[in-house]
Amino acid sequence: MSDLIFKLIFISVIFGLSLFIAMYSTYAERKLAAFLQDRLGPNRAGPFGILQPLADGIKLFFKEEFIPKASDRWLFIMGPGFFMITALMTSAVIPFAPDLPWNGQIFSMQAADLNVGILYLFGVVSLGVYGILIGGWASNNKFSLLGAIRAASQNISYELAMGLSIVSLIMVSSSLSLRDIVEQQNGWHWNVLYQPLGFLIFIICAFAETNRAPFDLPECETELVGGYHTEFSSMKLGFYLFAEYINMFVSSAVLATLYFGGYQFPFISSMDPGLTKTLLGAAVMFGKIFFFIFLFIWIRWTLPRFRYDQLMNLGWKVLIPLAVLNIILTGAFILFKS
Amino acid sequence: MQNLFYILSGLTIFAAIMVIISKHPIRSILFLVFTFFLISAHYVLLNAQFLALVNVVVYAGAIMVLFLFVVMFLNLNQDIERFKSWIPLSAAAISGACLFLVFFSAFRTSVLASHENTGGYQQGLVENLGEVLYRDYLFPMEICSILFLVAMIGVVLLGRKERVEPIKNLVP
Repeated sequence: MSDLIFKLIFISVIFGLSLFIAMYSTYAERKLAAFLQDRLGPNRAGPFGILQPLADGIKLFFKEEFIPKASDRWLFIMGPGFFMITALMTSAVIPFAPDLPWNGQIFSMQAADLNVGILYLFGVVSLGVYGILIGGWASNNKFSLLGAIRAASQNISYELAMGLSIVSLIMVSSSLSLRDIVEQQNGWHWNVLYQPLGFLIFIICAFAETNRAPFDLPECETELVGGYHTEFSSMKLGFYLFAEYINMFVSSAVLATLYFGGYQFPFISSMDPGLTKTLLGAAVMFGKIFFFIFLFIWIRWTLPRFRYDQLMNLGWKVLIPLAVLNIILTGAFILFKS
Repeated sequence: MQNLFYILSGLTIFAAIMVIISKHPIRSILFLVFTFFLISAHYVLLNAQFLALVNVVVYAGAIMVLFLFVVMFLNLNQDIERFKSWIPLSAAAISGACLFLVFFSAFRTSVLASHENTGGYQQGLVENLGEVLYRDYLFPMEICSILFLVAMIGVVLLGRKERVEPIKNLVP
């Protein structure tokens, strides 16, 4: 019974944390963008503008909610909700910290330890596109539809390369469970050292899957007004924008887990399991996550947007052959080592 | 467990019926996606987690997105749905009835699978599935992959256009 209560508390904490981190990613994004463009950024709400995300949220809630008359009403409402749900579902299989022994029981710092965790991640990511497609189509607007179609084709193209880069990772780790993969990266055996090419392909695909610059074609302002969320207002627009930041948080967590050792840090094996080890592990994990969020923001404000044909060429003609090459190289390496 | 199975089955049949009776093609597709989810839930109940997730990734995540894609481009409406002649309708009814007859005669004598006679909760794990596919049934597995390869090459061949002048620079 105490196990169930612990799981409930843990899931609520992770839920709250992902919302909170996503909220402050918007602040970090605006501050960093301001720094890179030699501006001040938000600095009115609270000291250093620290209350700006709250003010943004309140503003979105109080805006007029408008549903176009020619839209498909139910699907129009469902779209943002579905996008949000799929964004929040992904964090269920990520191990955030080492196990915590407490009163003779062992509490795992992971919502669900699936033995096919990577496939779960992949499945939820591939469902994310439905929210965009439904919302874009239901708006009954040509710009929205074009944005949605772009998003769908982009996601499908980059999912393939992402899946292939994960295949070579699985060949190294020979397990589909994220927990096993983290445990194997003990010490300095981070997967990024064994799979540098796979990591590069994976991170490019992660940028494309989260629709972040330089791959933010679905909401390309210069061509599509606002992309798939042109017709959305109030908190529905807020959901679309906010889910993007949750996706960013989750992809950072996945990147840290798969390639950068998750909660592992150099002298972790010499420590006794306990509260200090769990807290330190969680701190290291979140440090890695924040680094990747910073990388996401940094790249967005550094690189210009791709053209659409360049995006498709990169996905199909560069990344997929490279991912296949990586699989072959990994296979040959494993064969000659044994 | 038993109750869960009945609830899931009821929902699955409801969603499958909604696929057929919804007038709007987009709604039909969304109900079909929902049906695939429920079928995946059945796989989980049968301890086949790998199969369940592959079902979600391949069918709900990839194939149905392409379906949705095509239907959105075609922009089908319920108004243009014409009444078809009786010949294909009756042919479909007769062949469906034949299929039902085959299923009925095949399943009438078979024993329904349960956890006792499958092989425990370990059966659906990836390791065991890999052992079965790549040791016991290697040849059929390879034949299947060749079939897929042929289909893929066929698609590329059909989808390839005649070579036209490539557009050099979109930006002057």
